[in-house]
Amino acid sequence: MTPDLECVALTKRFDDATAVDNVDFAVPQGSFFSVLGPSGCGKTTIMRMIAGFLPPTSGDIRIKGRSMLNVPPNKRPVNMVFQHLALFPMMNIEDNIGYGLRRAGLPRADIARKVDGVLDRIGLPGVGKRKVHELSGGQKQRIAIARCMVLEPDVLLLDEPLGALDLKLREHMKIELKALQAAFDTTFVYITHDQSEALVMSDQIAVMNNGRFEQLGAARDLYYRPETAFVAGFVGDTNRWPAIVVRAEGDALQLRTDSGLTLHGASHGRALSAGDRADIYVRPEAIRVAHTGEELIHFDNRLSGQVTSILFNGAASRILFRDDEGRGEIEVTLPQSGEFAMLEKGARMHIGWSGAHGNCFAAGTGA
Amino acid sequence: MRAQAKLGFILLLMPLLLWLTALIVIPHVDMFLISLRERVGVGEYATSTANYRTFLNEPLYLMTFARTAIMAVAATFITLLIAFPVSYYIAKMVKGRTQSALFLMCLVPFWVSELVRTFGWMILLRETGVFSSLLQWSGLVSGPVEMLYNDAAIMVGLVYTSMLFMVVPLVTTLESLDDSVIEAGYDLGGSGPSILREIIIPHATPGIVSGSIVVFMLSLGNYLTPTMLGGKDSLWFTELIYSQFIVRFNWELGAAFGFMLLILSSVIVWAMLRLTGQTLEKTMG
Repeated sequence: MTPDLECVALTKRFDDATAVDNVDFAVPQGSFFSVLGPSGCGKTTIMRMIAGFLPPTSGDIRIKGRSMLNVPPNKRPVNMVFQHLALFPMMNIEDNIGYGLRRAGLPRADIARKVDGVLDRIGLPGVGKRKVHELSGGQKQRIAIARCMVLEPDVLLLDEPLGALDLKLREHMKIELKALQAAFDTTFVYITHDQSEALVMSDQIAVMNNGRFEQLGAARDLYYRPETAFVAGFVGDTNRWPAIVVRAEGDALQLRTDSGLTLHGASHGRALSAGDRADIYVRPEAIRVAHTGEELIHFDNRLSGQVTSILFNGAASRILFRDDEGRGEIEVTLPQSGEFAMLEKGARMHIGWSGAHGNCFAAGTGA
Repeated sequence: MRAQAKLGFILLLMPLLLWLTALIVIPHVDMFLISLRERVGVGEYATSTANYRTFLNEPLYLMTFARTAIMAVAATFITLLIAFPVSYYIAKMVKGRTQSALFLMCLVPFWVSELVRTFGWMILLRETGVFSSLLQWSGLVSGPVEMLYNDAAIMVGLVYTSMLFMVVPLVTTLESLDDSVIEAGYDLGGSGPSILREIIIPHATPGIVSGSIVVFMLSLGNYLTPTMLGGKDSLWFTELIYSQFIVRFNWELGAAFGFMLLILSSVIVWAMLRLTGQTLEKTMG
């Protein structure tokens, strides 16, 4: 089956800077695809090329198998939800949503019916006569999506549309967007720098850096099996130690960090041998805490020390831990069982994690 | 504290109030009173509407009045047609230094006095002027051509004089239109003309209206340009007022004319606002 959207060797250069460098991907019909990357990584350039506002320097963009290279933006079966939504302030909601239909030359009665239909689907029936500024942030968001969806595009592009919302609403809209995508069964291409938006909503995520895709995969793969140091550092929180490989046996590595710790790690198939410089990435939640050392006896990395700081954040609470020799601070997520809820600053603790959770990458490749 | 703030407010308002009373309210009240008196003997006056009747019964006055109104509206419209693409280009198509440079170039002609600028047009358009010589030199015409002293010359002068006052409000409103709104128009299937009609012009309406009001008022009340560029067949209403006050020494009739001009401009501006559904607060605020 032809994918809804396919980019082949897509490249965009501005003068001498390469914004998008030879990017390939295909988005299957009805899926939620995200491009995740820091600002300036080229993700907005990709989106503008797909929408048709920028011509690619080389490569091809195909929608349902049809090349879009010489198709102007107003003729592409793609619609875009802009970062600041770009609703037309001079029109009411009905006219905003009906704009594309009017341009397509539909009869008035059909337009009215379709507009009412889509307002029902986004759960805002009867707001048609209101002005844009009379709606709340979340409602505007839904109107912006409805304005595109009423045209039944093959692909819907979303350019960080949640950026302007406050935190609570953003959390809510994440779930709602996912639900809307399922309801409309349309291919969504979502651009964001916020990893939690990408992780929560997407079927597939491409992590982008410096104009290239670092890794393309499901949220879980990116999180647990990052393929590059950049992905390990960018997706999720992590502890990072610069180190030198002391011994390598297959995947298992033994390393000495610059701060003097001896740690076990895993290369997960990457070429690292004794004497190489490497960075070790360990997620805060992969580290176990205990009151006594015996409880952690089965972990190959064990440290004892004290709590230097408590970062309380409800279920995502963490501690900063410093080992007895004072070799740097380690961020550790507290278990949600409430077992350590009453932990005090300065308390003596033991921590440990398995070497398999210590992802090692050759030094200097990370973010 | 409150009393002090109030005093400060009144003091700050004073120059404006003085200006309004001394230069606007008092002269108009006085002019209105003068326009309502009729000289019945030497130094003897009676209250009557004779001056207004003279205005209405004399075809030359009425014709000039109507001509001035129509020409001023036409000048406003032509200025808008030329200024809109210019403003759109300055506000949306260019950025940074080019933008300020272009904007400055609109302003530069206003560094010299209106008299000199109008004289510039005379140099270009007169019988022995630049255009006439060029046409003769290129062989397109056999003798000198007089391009001054007609309605077209007045129109050119008026549009040229007013351009800046249309460009400034237009650039300001067009700049406030988010580029992504225009892009959204294209993205949703709009074409150039439909985006202009449905998105850009509705957004720019306050700027269009305020620019048009200013240009219309300036054109209607312009004295220099029509006098210098217009001929005997191209009378402007302000010239009639001038001749009544200064040449004929008939202040009564001159005042009545002045009042008619005030009514005319008020009515046309009001009609323009009604037609476009704007209010004065919205366009000037």
